[in-house]
Amino acid sequence: MDLGKDKMLEMYRMMTRIRLFETQVRDLATASEIPGFVHVSIGEEASATGVCAALRPADRITSTHRGHGHLIAKGGRLDRMMAEIFGKRTGYCKGKGGSMHIVDFSLGILGANGIVGGGIPIATGSALAAVVTQRDEVTACFFGDGASNEGTFHESLNLAAVWKLPVIYVCENNGFGEFTPMQTVTSVTDIAVRAQAYGIPGIVIDGNDVLEVYRCASEAIARARAGEGPTLIECKTYRWEGHVVGEQAFLGKASYRSEEEVAEWKARCPLIRFEKFAAESGMISAAELKKIRAETEVELEAAVKFARESPLPDPAEVTDDVFSG
Amino acid sequence: MAQITYREALNQALREELDRDERVFIMGEEVGYFGGAFKVTDGLLAVYGEKRVRDTPIAELTIAGAGVGAAMGGLKPIVELMTINFGLLAMDQIVNHAAKIHYMFGGRAKVPLVIRAPQGAGHQLGAQHSQSLEAYFLHCPGLLVAIPATPADAKGLLKSCIRQDNPVIFLEHESLYGVKGDVPEGEYLTPLGQASVLREGKDITIVSYSKCVYDAVAAAEALENEGVDAEVIDLRTLNPLDTATVVESVRKTGKAMVVYEGWRTGGAGAEIAAQIYEAAFDHLDAPVERVATLDTPIPYNARLEKAALPGAADIVKVAERMV
Repeated sequence: MDLGKDKMLEMYRMMTRIRLFETQVRDLATASEIPGFVHVSIGEEASATGVCAALRPADRITSTHRGHGHLIAKGGRLDRMMAEIFGKRTGYCKGKGGSMHIVDFSLGILGANGIVGGGIPIATGSALAAVVTQRDEVTACFFGDGASNEGTFHESLNLAAVWKLPVIYVCENNGFGEFTPMQTVTSVTDIAVRAQAYGIPGIVIDGNDVLEVYRCASEAIARARAGEGPTLIECKTYRWEGHVVGEQAFLGKASYRSEEEVAEWKARCPLIRFEKFAAESGMISAAELKKIRAETEVELEAAVKFARESPLPDPAEVTDDVFSG
Repeated sequence: MAQITYREALNQALREELDRDERVFIMGEEVGYFGGAFKVTDGLLAVYGEKRVRDTPIAELTIAGAGVGAAMGGLKPIVELMTINFGLLAMDQIVNHAAKIHYMFGGRAKVPLVIRAPQGAGHQLGAQHSQSLEAYFLHCPGLLVAIPATPADAKGLLKSCIRQDNPVIFLEHESLYGVKGDVPEGEYLTPLGQASVLREGKDITIVSYSKCVYDAVAAAEALENEGVDAEVIDLRTLNPLDTATVVESVRKTGKAMVVYEGWRTGGAGAEIAAQIYEAAFDHLDAPVERVATLDTPIPYNARLEKAALPGAADIVKVAERMV
């Protein structure tokens, strides 16, 4: 597949935006400048980026509690995302959602979601809407390895297979459901094999290789658009950070993974990997990548400034929007 | 005006709204080829086709969740849960998603989803097939709860629910499907949040909804023979709750009773009683009474089942004590 240089640079920019945004969010949470539960996906940037790069603007996604990356990859603005995490009125959800519930409907984002597996039926219904209205749209559904043990995963894959819905199920297998190693609570080594039970294709891919993710997602999306039904894509990846920022406070000295394991995965960093590819291919210069990083730093700085300086919601707004109309 | 059943009234509402708005579609277990477990969707598949009348697997959580997703995707889904008892499997999608999406996402997303479900006891179906669970939904902000008693309201409320943009739990009583009543043909909308005063009276206010409304009316007629003039109010929706109509009545009668088939403890009647106390305490001549299902799973044996459920005789007995 010939991606073209512009597409590749766009993907590098998205991964960079995710990495820098989440690093900043982690640091702000650690410094207690932002409240609540914050789950970052540092190390997992390639799966969000590769899938969203293969989607069209009118296509939709559902995301998870670890959703900043998906939102950014689908086109979310860093300033309004950061403002939402700060709980400000200018945030995407007027300060009522927070880190776990940021959306931009105009970008086809149907939710980051605080319930593990909660987005899977919603994505399935979104794909159904495309079928009923005969719109040429695909929905990409992100979830983790933990969600693949939820009933929603199994129910939804069955339904989407029966109705041949235009949805792709993207399992970002980062090896842990919170602090529990995936293999201790999961009946299979590769979650993708569960697709067989529903008569749909299931593939395992290197989730840290953005080009492979893009290629495989593109094929699954084309299949979905052609009316051939859903695909399950398992992206093998790893989160460098904890399940939640600040988890040491309640884990204490307990550890659920080794430093060696983390280091091993850091060596497989999706960004460094792309940078190596760029250098080897000769298509993209180091200066071009450097420029993207510098531009992202400026964008992020402005986002933090915007969030800090934005007004807080008025307490009188608390009961607004319980109902529509 | 035609005399039709509650079931036919619902079917008519569905047909009219399917005709009126191409975004409307129906999905659920057995709703297509079988026409619904209670035949509410009978004949719709033949007219509207498989695209708009969809038989689903038995997977309540995903049926409800797909309804949420389809609503967010621009449609107006009507999801039928075969009974509310099975709807408990869908609670996560109803409570954590449907009810919260509009608020949690800053008012930017709408979930125009109607979830229809039969409920109620009286057919010796045992503890897991006989519940009245409206209080669970009433408790959750972001959900509308419609619970019609009459065929006319079954039609009028369902049409109103389909036309607005919030998630609705639409609860039908299994014993009412065969009940006949006058139902206006064609365009007929019952406003949400407007109770109906079925019988005016000056001595006591009986507030009810769903099947218990019929028991309340029967009790009022019996009380009339004893010289007690009871007012009967059918709430029709529990969210929005028409407190104003109830309070106005209580100010007149000075006595109030709430009759409902949910469990007595923590039921909708407790909320209604609390609102009466808050708004009309000075007008009350007696404590607000609740006539409801005993705090027990619904038993199978007919005598036991009857003993668990509220009926007209219970209402009369409590009213006699109050006046």
